[in-house]
Amino acid sequence: MTSIFDEAGNSIACTVVEAGPCVVTQVKTEDSDGYTALQLGFSDAKVKNTSKALLGHFDKSGTTPKKKVIEFRDFDVVEKGLGDLVTVEEVFAEGDLVNAVGTSKGKGFQGVVKRHGFRGVNDATHGQHNRQRAPGSIGAASYPAKVFKGMRMAGRTGGKRIKTANLEILKIFPDKNLILVKGAIPGHKGSFVILEK
Amino acid sequence: MDAINFVQEQLTKKTEFPDFRPGDNVVVNYRIIEGAKERIQAYRGDVIQIKGIGATKTFTVRKISNGVGVERIFPMNSPAIAEIKVLKRGKVRRAKLYYLRELVGKKARIREKKFVKVTK
Repeated sequence: MTSIFDEAGNSIACTVVEAGPCVVTQVKTEDSDGYTALQLGFSDAKVKNTSKALLGHFDKSGTTPKKKVIEFRDFDVVEKGLGDLVTVEEVFAEGDLVNAVGTSKGKGFQGVVKRHGFRGVNDATHGQHNRQRAPGSIGAASYPAKVFKGMRMAGRTGGKRIKTANLEILKIFPDKNLILVKGAIPGHKGSFVILEK
Repeated sequence: MDAINFVQEQLTKKTEFPDFRPGDNVVVNYRIIEGAKERIQAYRGDVIQIKGIGATKTFTVRKISNGVGVERIFPMNSPAIAEIKVLKRGKVRRAKLYYLRELVGKKARIREKKFVKVTK
């Protein structure tokens, strides 16, 4: 993340996303697959780290192996064939609103205050002792005599697929395939995200 | 990281300010827009910290206003800063002068560097 100044002099927090060039690795059509979609590959991978099955798949489109292969359903912004390059300015424009899908930062085993936003006990006195961040009651006793499924408790937090909606594209750098998106995007630095329009 | 540096280089305007350091006494002329009118407000105080790099670099100026300590953080690349003038060079031994917050009166002064080495 970084920040830029707009014309009014306001500082705007934004994220730099490298979004291309992507290669079309498969074209799915109504006839062959029952739906239309475009499969895009991004970021070069080493040949020795790619399975033979995938190598064959990349051979079909005549590209080098890619780290990420993502399918976009009903991709109709640009007409593309197998092996074609998709660049940033073909798909996105400045001022567009996009959704960013990524894997959020893993936070490890966390209590209910951080994980579910429980308020905890706000008193340190009045008989409280080591209960400040405890979850409280998790249900009644002999009826229902069980803890309901989905009861919010402590546990592994973060590291999940998260979608952040309606982020504005502030600027596009076509030669470097960079996009400047307003606000924060799920995940740590250098991680992969999907931008959808 | 390269991508961030590239974007910052493209979008931050190059501004020329005199070189100043923590401990220096400066005047920051800040543009204030009131409706359609624009005026310049001067803020004078001691620089107590400079932090960050590149486009997100900031500095903090502390002054005593009517007996109350006031601190103001300026982004180095803010387009609202019209001018920075260095009035005094301070002689200090650390980069962050947070200890000034606990001091009042004569103790809260910064010794002035009388002879400044000219660096080319």
